[in-house]
Amino acid sequence: MTTTAPGRRAAEPAAPADPPGGRSNRRAFTRRRALTIGAFLAPAFIAVAVFTYYPMLVGSLGAFRTWTIYNVADQPWSGLDNFRTILADPLFYGTVMNTIVWVVGSIVPQFVIGFALALWMRRKFRFRGLYQALVFFPWAISGFLIGVLFRWMFNSEFGVINDLLLRSGLVESPLPWLASPALAMPAVIIANIWYGVTFFAIMILAALQSVPDELYEAAALDGAGKVRVFWNVTVPYIRTTLALTVLLRTIWIFNFPDLIFGMTAGGPGGRTHIVTSYMIEITQQGEYGRASALGLIVMLVLAIFAVFYLLATREKKEAYR
Amino acid sequence: MITSQSLSGKVVRFVALGLWLVITLFPLYWIVITAVKPRSDIYAFPVEYWPQSFSLENFITLFRVSNFGTYLTNSIIVSVSAATCVTLISLLSGYVIARFEFKAKGAVLMAFLVTQMIPGFIALGPLYQLMVNLGLVNERSGLTLVYIAMCIPFSTIMLRGFFENVPDALEEAAMIDGCSRIGALFRVLVPVMTPGIVAAFIFNFVSCWNELFLSVTLLTSDANKTVPTALNGFITSYNIDWGSMSAAAVLTIIPTMVMFAFASKYIVQGLTSGAVKG
Repeated sequence: MTTTAPGRRAAEPAAPADPPGGRSNRRAFTRRRALTIGAFLAPAFIAVAVFTYYPMLVGSLGAFRTWTIYNVADQPWSGLDNFRTILADPLFYGTVMNTIVWVVGSIVPQFVIGFALALWMRRKFRFRGLYQALVFFPWAISGFLIGVLFRWMFNSEFGVINDLLLRSGLVESPLPWLASPALAMPAVIIANIWYGVTFFAIMILAALQSVPDELYEAAALDGAGKVRVFWNVTVPYIRTTLALTVLLRTIWIFNFPDLIFGMTAGGPGGRTHIVTSYMIEITQQGEYGRASALGLIVMLVLAIFAVFYLLATREKKEAYR
Repeated sequence: MITSQSLSGKVVRFVALGLWLVITLFPLYWIVITAVKPRSDIYAFPVEYWPQSFSLENFITLFRVSNFGTYLTNSIIVSVSAATCVTLISLLSGYVIARFEFKAKGAVLMAFLVTQMIPGFIALGPLYQLMVNLGLVNERSGLTLVYIAMCIPFSTIMLRGFFENVPDALEEAAMIDGCSRIGALFRVLVPVMTPGIVAAFIFNFVSCWNELFLSVTLLTSDANKTVPTALNGFITSYNIDWGSMSAAAVLTIIPTMVMFAFASKYIVQGLTSGAVKG
């Protein structure tokens, strides 16, 4: 993603590439070029360094300090104490399990439904642009507000979901959704699936449209059926995009407590707390050091996951060739 | 080329797409319907799918019991100023990354991408402290600065993609004609890229408009609260008043929805170009 095609090098601003003045002019040009790059990047770079990287660095160091809101002035180093406290906290293990359920339970249906929608949307139909704009709309809403919307729909006394279930005869009495330790997580995941399908649909649709028509024509000439074309032409061609999309989405859902905050705030009894929402709760309690330690653990796990995932998907790709 | 489709295939396809449209739009429909019901009808079960009578009392109550007008104003001020600054700043950075080759380019891009992946919550405590030291805590200007930093990385990556779609020859011609680089950027490239820039602006605006955790951390007084901070207050109170809550939700959703609808084509293009190009 970060590498650029070698072809771009030739397309550099070539205007005075070989000035008639020779070497000294050339050096002046190089210096001016460096200045331009520096000046154009500086505002972005400074803002991100001061308001993102600096607090993040301080926050990471805080994981190794005794650091609470009650005594901000005094932050003695405490080694791995914060990590020990976390690992001794039974709620932590519950949140880890919840996080796995939350991520896997959300991403698999999102991927499957999103893929199906993309395949159905690939062929042009009238109003496809309008359709795409309409199904895109959940994205204009914050995760937190989505949580609030679904909190209302899953309301156990006056909620529309219970009403629909009762009317269709699927249940005999209203379900206590968000108050129930067993049903709260499924409810939160349903909301998240609803929110995330569009992302997959749109990314996969874009990938599908990047498959060159010649490939399909060649496959048709060879007499390949629809199913074979799908598995032997389409999937291999878009495999890298699929892998990358799933990776980005996994990390994103891992870091997505917004919806949970709006819907259950981690309840009942921590049953819908994922690691990041738990981390925010600890922060709000003023236990900054402990929250930072938890944050570092999350980053480490995500980094390891990303590396293994990228290695695994790369190997597959090479084996395929 | 895609082979022609059987009638049954067509029916399945349209039913599936239609069903998903209904599922997608239903929560929106439901919050709007709840907001325009009289208060007594909101708490009725079985539920009324089409209200027997419409009423604006939820909206009136919302503005009477809370300073929702103030929250809206604050949100508009912060989001518009942050999105404007971000779009200008990332025009410059996106341009350089799209047009120049330099050693640190990979590192710069990586530094931007990484911010999109790590949980930013670890920075909340230190950020609060930093803002206290700068005297910017509980200030709309402070929140604006933080939002600018928050949006720059993605906005840069998005605009870089749009720049790469414009041929170099355009600004080269302008520069040969005696235009400075920055002049060429703003007089020649910006007009050509208007749709992409508008999409980036809208995306940035919506990100700021929707942001919750930073604003909850940095804003303390009621007079400075933005809409998400206020909604968070509504939801954590003991008894949620779903009438005012749904009215507030509708007023929060509508501006961003309208903006997204106009720019969705370009936002989709901006989001997908990076990933698909690989």
